[in-house]
Amino acid sequence: MKKSKFVNSFLVNGSLAIICLLWTIPTLGLLISSFRDRLDINSSGWWTIFPHKDWVEIQKITPGPEINRDQAMTMAGITATFEKFAEGIQKDGKQYIWIGNRRIGYLEVDEYKWTANTTFTLENYKQVLAGGNYTATLKDGTKVTSGGDNMSRAFLNSIAVAVPSTVIPIALAAFAAYGFAWMRFPGRKMLFALVVGLLVVPLQVALIPLLRDYVALHVNGTFLAVWLAHTGFGLPLATYLLFNYISELPRDIMEAAFVDGASHFTIFRQLVLPLSVPALASFAIFQFLWVWNDYLVALIFIGASPTNQLVTQRLAEIVGSRGQDWHLLTAGAFITMILPLIVFFSLQRFFVRGLLAGSVKG
Amino acid sequence: MSASKPQSKVAQFIQALIGSLPLVISLAVLVLGFFYVRDLQVNNKDVPQMVIVLIAIIWGVGGVVLLFTTANFFAEQLPVKWTQRLQPFIFIGPALLMLTWALVLPTIRTIIASFFNESGAKFVGLKNFVYVFTNPAMLTVFRNNMLWIVFGTSFTVAAGLLVAVLADRSRFETAAKTLIFLPMAISFVGAGVIWNFVYAVKPVSAPQIGLLNAITTGFGAQPQAWTAFFTPWNNFFLIVIVIWLQTGYSMVLFSAAIKGIPQEILEASRVDGATEIQIFFWIMLPQIMGTIIAVSTTIVIFTLKIFDVVWVMTGGQYDTSVISTEFYRQYFTYNNNGIGSAIAVVLFIAVIPVMVYNLRQFAQREAF
Repeated sequence: MKKSKFVNSFLVNGSLAIICLLWTIPTLGLLISSFRDRLDINSSGWWTIFPHKDWVEIQKITPGPEINRDQAMTMAGITATFEKFAEGIQKDGKQYIWIGNRRIGYLEVDEYKWTANTTFTLENYKQVLAGGNYTATLKDGTKVTSGGDNMSRAFLNSIAVAVPSTVIPIALAAFAAYGFAWMRFPGRKMLFALVVGLLVVPLQVALIPLLRDYVALHVNGTFLAVWLAHTGFGLPLATYLLFNYISELPRDIMEAAFVDGASHFTIFRQLVLPLSVPALASFAIFQFLWVWNDYLVALIFIGASPTNQLVTQRLAEIVGSRGQDWHLLTAGAFITMILPLIVFFSLQRFFVRGLLAGSVKG
Repeated sequence: MSASKPQSKVAQFIQALIGSLPLVISLAVLVLGFFYVRDLQVNNKDVPQMVIVLIAIIWGVGGVVLLFTTANFFAEQLPVKWTQRLQPFIFIGPALLMLTWALVLPTIRTIIASFFNESGAKFVGLKNFVYVFTNPAMLTVFRNNMLWIVFGTSFTVAAGLLVAVLADRSRFETAAKTLIFLPMAISFVGAGVIWNFVYAVKPVSAPQIGLLNAITTGFGAQPQAWTAFFTPWNNFFLIVIVIWLQTGYSMVLFSAAIKGIPQEILEASRVDGATEIQIFFWIMLPQIMGTIIAVSTTIVIFTLKIFDVVWVMTGGQYDTSVISTEFYRQYFTYNNNGIGSAIAVVLFIAVIPVMVYNLRQFAQREAF
């Protein structure tokens, strides 16, 4: 009995650990890579930062100008042509390999031993944040220049979009939720049914007509356009969630306030809002993450305007135009994630509560 | 309060008029602010970005507060009967106006546009829908969406359930759940980059930097471009990304549901000699069936509308296009408003059953 309990617990914790590992490795690989040198990222896997056996350079032999590289050369006691050296020759547990071109290259002597690639740098983050051009020197001495990216601007833009896109729908929804919960008026049930019906409407249905309105109002490409869109798209869920919470507030507290002659506006401001902080926070986190991580709405309403682009758009653009520049992609991806991760870790409790409260997002 | 004393009609009118002043002024401020904020972003390239951002936030957030306060002030200056009639609409009005403009009207406009040609000038009847349901490229799109819905949903639900059950019996519950849940905070674009890196492919001669190809070549096989020419399996490599992202969501909901099962029932069946597997299938599953259906529905809707992942990873090439990417392409690449709208309407029709279900549930609620 005791033994089977031990085996059970081992099985449970073991499989859980494997799943967690599977879930974490992709992110971990990217995080590690974002701190590696740009040439390292492209020439070896991120897992080589851990100790492993590999060919390690122990000596560098620079041939003198007198050596004729068009015929067999003798170096380090080995006679071979340039082509053979360039492919690499193995002898006595050592590897001899020509680095660079025929004229200005050199011979590298490697030994197979335990090693770890542990050079780390913040350069990738600098390049993806600050823009400008950067030069890297390849192993054989050639220099390559490539542009960075201006993600710091996009980061500020994303804040500028996410904060109002979170606060405005919550403000509107809180009033509406109170109205639906504690006021009696004709059409109340029907209008709330409308809110419920809109919960699952795919926003794709609304995009093109909204875009036309924006073009007519000349706001296409501005933050304003994105706020209004996110406000509209977030309102059904916000109203629904806040209604569920506000309508469940203790009836006697509310009635006591009414008897005391407090107006709806006063009750809302001084009683309902403070009591609803948990629900407001849950939805705020939900909406903030949603807006920050959104790509489609930004793509359509901000579009190609480079000054107003958001982090998700910048990152997607690097993927599209420079998909092999892993030093920019890895660092850029973490810049888009850093704020959501901070919000997530510090407010996870509220986030989970929000998820549990409403499992239908349109 | 003012309305407690009997007043003459004229005095009431004057009071209402004065009471409306702040509302009129705040509406004017809002409208002017709208144009000011707009022009600030469009014209003034030399204003520091942070300043624009701050002004914009003050306008947006302050405007909402101002609007509600002044509108309420106005309502309270009216005779009591009118205050009571008007006040509910001050509370729900702005939200309803916004919903109407941003969702209700656009939906109707899109449905109308789906019966017109690409420029919206000529009525073409059902022609766009005929194209949508018969064009071979569109049929691939629907097949892909079916793959997304079937495999994306079932694996997300299964994985979430598995983790929830395992974590419930583990001492490391919180840590494990946090790790699985963490991808929920990551954008689809970010997740696309993460997985692009896992799937990265290098020529046979070079060392592989992508984990999957490093494993593949480690076993002696050829490196693969997983998301590109590997049709139709490339769709599955994209679906994996969404499973990875959404499992946290289903796990949280299942975990809460499992904790809601009364302990006595579980204990009783254990005493009766049921194995853990029997308990899972015969006791737990029936108890959390409601949650399973709710989670599945949410993820079906979600995968139905999937856009970002496909757009960032493949751009819809290599036979990976889905409804939403095709919608974007029709409208923005081919400028075809008619077919673009028809595709959006198909999405809308697909969610109508869920909408009806939600409304039915709502109709049964006693609160109303």
